[in-house]
Amino acid sequence: MPTPVKKQVHLAAQLPGIHNVTVWSDPRSESQISIDSFIRLAQTVERGKFDFFFLAEGLRLREHKGQVYDLDIAGRPENLTVLSALAAVTTHLGLAATVNATFNEPYEVARRFATLDRLSGGRAAWNVVTSYDAFTGENFRRGGFLPEADRYTRAAEFLLTARELWDSWSAGDLRADARSGEFVAADAGRFAHRGRHFDISGRFTTPPGPQGHPVIIQSGESDAGREFAASDAEVIFSKHNRVDVAREFYRDVKRRLATYGRSPDDLLILPTANAVVADTDEEAAAYAEEISRELVSPQTAIAHLEAVWGRDLSAYDPDGPLPDIEPEDDAHFLKGHSVFRKGRAETARQWRKLAEERNLSIRELVIEVGGRQTFVGSPQTVADAIDDYVQSDGADGFVLVPHLTPGGLDDFVDRVVPILQERGVHRDDYTGTTLRDHLGLATAPRPTTWGGPGRPLRTGSDDKETSA
Amino acid sequence: MTGTTGATHGTTGGTSGAAHGPTGAIDPTGTPATASDATAPLHLAVALDGAGWHPAAWREEGARPGELLDAAYWADLVIEAERGLLDFVTFEDALGLQSAAFHLPDDRTDQVRGSMDAVLLAAHLAPLTQHIGLVPTTNVTHTEPFHVAIGIATLDHASRGRAGWRPQIASRAADAAHFGRRTTPQLTEGDVTDPESISQPLRALFAEGAEVVQAARLLWDSWEDGAEIRDAATGRFLDRDKVHHIDFRGANFSVKGPSITPRTPQGQPLVVSLAHATTPYEFAALSSDVVAITPHDRAGTAATLAQVAEAVERIGRDVSERPLRILADLIVLLDDEPGAAARRKSRLDEVAGAELTSDAEIFTGTPAELADLLLDRHSTGLDGFRLRPATLPHDLTAITRSLVPELQRRGAFRTEYASTTLRGHLGLARPASRYAKAG
Repeated sequence: MPTPVKKQVHLAAQLPGIHNVTVWSDPRSESQISIDSFIRLAQTVERGKFDFFFLAEGLRLREHKGQVYDLDIAGRPENLTVLSALAAVTTHLGLAATVNATFNEPYEVARRFATLDRLSGGRAAWNVVTSYDAFTGENFRRGGFLPEADRYTRAAEFLLTARELWDSWSAGDLRADARSGEFVAADAGRFAHRGRHFDISGRFTTPPGPQGHPVIIQSGESDAGREFAASDAEVIFSKHNRVDVAREFYRDVKRRLATYGRSPDDLLILPTANAVVADTDEEAAAYAEEISRELVSPQTAIAHLEAVWGRDLSAYDPDGPLPDIEPEDDAHFLKGHSVFRKGRAETARQWRKLAEERNLSIRELVIEVGGRQTFVGSPQTVADAIDDYVQSDGADGFVLVPHLTPGGLDDFVDRVVPILQERGVHRDDYTGTTLRDHLGLATAPRPTTWGGPGRPLRTGSDDKETSA
Repeated sequence: MTGTTGATHGTTGGTSGAAHGPTGAIDPTGTPATASDATAPLHLAVALDGAGWHPAAWREEGARPGELLDAAYWADLVIEAERGLLDFVTFEDALGLQSAAFHLPDDRTDQVRGSMDAVLLAAHLAPLTQHIGLVPTTNVTHTEPFHVAIGIATLDHASRGRAGWRPQIASRAADAAHFGRRTTPQLTEGDVTDPESISQPLRALFAEGAEVVQAARLLWDSWEDGAEIRDAATGRFLDRDKVHHIDFRGANFSVKGPSITPRTPQGQPLVVSLAHATTPYEFAALSSDVVAITPHDRAGTAATLAQVAEAVERIGRDVSERPLRILADLIVLLDDEPGAAARRKSRLDEVAGAELTSDAEIFTGTPAELADLLLDRHSTGLDGFRLRPATLPHDLTAITRSLVPELQRRGAFRTEYASTTLRGHLGLARPASRYAKAG
């Protein structure tokens, strides 16, 4: 046993299949929608003993200048349906999905996650997000959108309500006692929730799976998001940052847990990252450059610029300098993309400054601001960087997003994982069966203390109201 | 991969045979029903629910009552159904606990209660099977049409073309309180005495359900085949001219589109509905590819087929273009020894404390007797049957290992799957997207 005991690196994988994090022009790039792609990647990362496989959510195709955006990979499945299929062809891998708290209702979402947890033998996780854009709302009965200020109050009450539904069946309520003729306990699944966003009552259909509650994930680094994560989530997805910034985020989020009677290990911080692995550091660096160029085609560069400038820039040369005209701040050119929603005049100013300082063309600039591959190098270099990042409390692990579908993590699993295993920072094999086991989380949920941000240490199961 | 035109026409004749019933309605294809019936393929589906359709099934020897909400139980059942070369299996579902009463929840503890999301269950079973169609039920009153449509589309991708969908309206007003967004009609004891009076107060929900199906079908078509071009020269992944807003505006909701999910292996997953009365017949005529009906004898079969044909006529559906497959539902208790199934039913009724009642006809007998009945009914113009095993796995196994071989011996049922898609099994062609430019 090595001393001192090192932190375990928690690894997750996302099949992006969308946006310009995926290179579709590479001959090795296969279908983003075929079930074979999902099975292939899930089985690869299960071989690498990853904690979980994650699928984001798509509710509206992005649009650019009033038309479907056609430059990036697009088209994806309903994520829980795919994960339910994957549960049949994997045995240990956790299965995580983003499901929106704005365009859904607690009864149905709680039921679907309880189903996935049952089907998978305790491997379900839910990334709770809210949307507030009317653009997405156009696909839904309810239309409209949620006032931005209500995002976290709705998310918190939604989650609380879901927890009440999962808790509405007690262990042993499913009797199935043929001799006595009692199939269920009287009142199994009975619930009532009266709150600001939800006022529902009746009987819940589905006894919870082995985990009781699925693992709860929160995405986002805002103050409200951090607080929500501290009170209610077990994993937080963040953006990858320079390690000093990441350490500050890590300290801040972990510090908040005590307020809610939770220990630092009750919430794992997993930034999104990508890894480019090759035989040597030089080859990896060259490959990373190539990926960046492929992700930002000349057309993509202009489209991104148009999204910030809010005007047609199709006459500009992607290999030429940035436009000297000013952005239109009210025009919405790229819809359904969260990055360019705000502060475009300021973004344009910064981009111009950067381009001037570094003498970058439009395309070079977009490549530069689009973010670099996170971990680039030989297997040894990448393993070192990941291990250091985790041991120095920049993160508890990473959600790896491959740039190729579905084979983009083959090299990582075959070449980096064994080094991490050798160092004793990544499991040689699964030691438990549920995702909670993999993440080192308590098996039992804490039904009496949930309650959302600003509601520390609530007790008493009679307190079912949220009046944020 | 998809059905042949020949098969489509053959069964169209069978379907429209109903038009030769007492009403004297015109057969739109002009094909005499009797000419094709002898050779029309027989379609067999199985409806899976809990421990079987008898309320006391869960207490039978061989039942697995503690596993009804576990994946392995369902995998065993569906693999068995596939072994019997069945066209498809259906999965019941509702957004509320089961109840012995059609219109109200009950507080009974002596029957199977509890369920899982049927779409997710079906998706889980997809990689464990290769041929059989998977048809989950979903509620269309309390759910979002967009979510439902992409869920079924995803099931079609996950099963490589074997997805169906049974849309179901909420008939229990109490389920609305699980969502708190609307109220739905509360049926009375008087309403639930016969199917026509049940469906009357639910007409608006059926109309809304038809809108949900319409929106789903538009979303399924919203990506044409070939929308994904991966054209490196122009940098375009999509041909945006082949991805369409649907701009659906119904009386109850609107959906902008397009779908987020590309066109599926079947193009249009199969829509299956259950119908007992005029309003649901019209729903089926408007919305479904397959309708399950519940006649109780030979004469009733002819009468119901005529009613369906009238509904098809009223809606103005051209069944030569869009065939409607008609299956009759039957609850079945099967034993090889003559009389044994009836004795078993009596015993089950005794355990349940009441005689089994059902919307569907209840058959007890030997597999050979059931084969006689099915072939006789098939000759009246039905396309096939959806059998509801009274107990699981007993009556399912009797279907797959005794009934099916009996039908095969008589040359009346497939001896191997000739297609890998559900549409293919049913002889239905893969339709082109309605947005695809002709020529």
